[in-house]
Amino acid sequence: MIKIWSMKKNEDAAAKKKPKTSAAQIRVQKDLTELDLPSTMKTNFPDPADLLNFTLTITPDEGMYKGGAFVFSFAINTNYPHDPPKVKCTQTIYHPNVDLEGNVCLNILREDWKPVLSLNSVMVGLQYLFLEPNADDPLNKDAAQEMSRNRDAFLQNVKYSMQGRSVKGVQFDKVLVR
Amino acid sequence: MGSQFTDWQGRYYHIDQVLDKPGPRTDPAFLAGDGVKDFLRNQAKILVIGAGGLGCEILANLALTGFKDIHVIDMDTIDISNLNRQFLFRTKDVGKPKATVAAEFIMKRVPGVKVTPYFGKIQDKDDDYYLQFNLVICGLDSVEARRWMNATLVNLVDPENPESLKPLIDGGTEGFKGQARVILPTITSCYECSLDMLNKPTAFPICTIANTPRLPEHCIEWASVLEWPRVKGDKKLDTDDPEHIGWLYTAASARAKEFNIEGVTWSLTQGVVKNIIPAIASTNAIISGKSRTLETTESVDNTHPAAACCNEAFKIATSSAAYLNNYFMLIGTDGVYSYTFEHEKRDDCPVCGGESLELSISSEFTVEQLIELLVEKQDIQIKKPSLSTPTTQIYLQAPPQLEEATRPNLTKKVSELVPPEGEVTVTASTLPFNLSLRVTYT
Repeated sequence: MIKIWSMKKNEDAAAKKKPKTSAAQIRVQKDLTELDLPSTMKTNFPDPADLLNFTLTITPDEGMYKGGAFVFSFAINTNYPHDPPKVKCTQTIYHPNVDLEGNVCLNILREDWKPVLSLNSVMVGLQYLFLEPNADDPLNKDAAQEMSRNRDAFLQNVKYSMQGRSVKGVQFDKVLVR
Repeated sequence: MGSQFTDWQGRYYHIDQVLDKPGPRTDPAFLAGDGVKDFLRNQAKILVIGAGGLGCEILANLALTGFKDIHVIDMDTIDISNLNRQFLFRTKDVGKPKATVAAEFIMKRVPGVKVTPYFGKIQDKDDDYYLQFNLVICGLDSVEARRWMNATLVNLVDPENPESLKPLIDGGTEGFKGQARVILPTITSCYECSLDMLNKPTAFPICTIANTPRLPEHCIEWASVLEWPRVKGDKKLDTDDPEHIGWLYTAASARAKEFNIEGVTWSLTQGVVKNIIPAIASTNAIISGKSRTLETTESVDNTHPAAACCNEAFKIATSSAAYLNNYFMLIGTDGVYSYTFEHEKRDDCPVCGGESLELSISSEFTVEQLIELLVEKQDIQIKKPSLSTPTTQIYLQAPPQLEEATRPNLTKKVSELVPPEGEVTVTASTLPFNLSLRVTYT
């Protein structure tokens, strides 16, 4: 058997016994404690002992979604950061990039996710969707079509939906907070 | 076990060419002759993880190389689609555990070898189990299992005990591409160090799947990502359940028809949802080491591309030739290309990087005092540390809600939260990754 230990001594490696904490757990702790969120975003942990499941509330202070409070659920699995966090909108909202089931179309949540990205990048990305909805990559096709064809009607629909009214027969959740 | 069995005439003729005399590049510590042969054949205990495509090749190679005490772990049972390349299995074995069948086959075919199977998960076994082996070879198909195995072996390293350092040889194949690497836990780069080199699994933009499908894969992804949760609610999709695959296949076919897309089949559906890349027998053979003749080991040096798992296991166990340092890749998609390089250890690797500190404090010390101590410590230069143990959060600086929830711990004694010799993970924005503390009390 090769004498690996002697190489170790030469490397003057200090005692490097590592904890049993999983890499995913450490990484989440690091991501969360280093979140740098503007006042428009707030995290909430239903169980503070569970760092892997929580919600994020976004209250945009500008743009067409201003005045609303949008709640997203985050579920992180043990394969993080190889796998992206699973993010869903918990409310029924009228948005070109969020469907009625709460699925979110954000590139870094799927095809462009990389382990170098962090929870902070995902959260900033989500907020961006409310400032600049993107009609070119629609998940709610009706909303996207309305947005590119008739902007005024779209703005009206956004406003109604946020008040908890129905738009084209779909009942939306009231998300207005002020 | 070797005692009651005598090897057949000439069995080791070729291997003994390597073990009876040093070659030009053998390690100076190599002692040719009976000692090394005895170690290889009667003492070395080796663990093989996975008895699938790579695992079958690895088991056969090890047995034929002269390893006689082999253990194998696999949690899968044999599927009919495995038979084309997993050559230790026959049609009659379908449905049986891979580990058990593979072990029986090897023992029958190569007399004198003892293969001990375990049909279950690697996570079922504890540190003491892994400590009994000299070497671990992985032939796995999942990133998650590799990360677990890698972290376990890195964690196993006890500064007081040289025997606790277990070399890990990791093989992997994906279609015509393959890779073999040697990981010496805490010395060379580990699996986690190279996590960002992985290809990300193919994922399609969710908007494409939802609105503008163009490929049969888009329809299948639509069925599994959007339709399943919508129709089935919280029911979890089991990709091994033929009924679930059938449901997806039906849904995807209907959608494909709607958009005039051709090519949705049962096997493509299964392939997409299970993220299957067709495995190729010859790639498995190269990576596991079958096509490498042992004679080449004599001339192998650090940069020679001839490197594959069992070859490495043999060289590490016998020190008869320099072993792979530390990453061999094979690309067989256009011709045959291989390259060997030293993948560098990452200081900020969450598994093997970061610093580790032994800390002896009074059992009366509070969490707050511990934090002050860390902040004042000149050699680590830490600001605003957050602390946790593997089971609980001790104190987190942010976000505000978690800070508030953990704040009551500040006045508690560390000894109430962390057992003696217990480990505390410290993260802080000033640390590249994390610092682990091993706390003892006075």
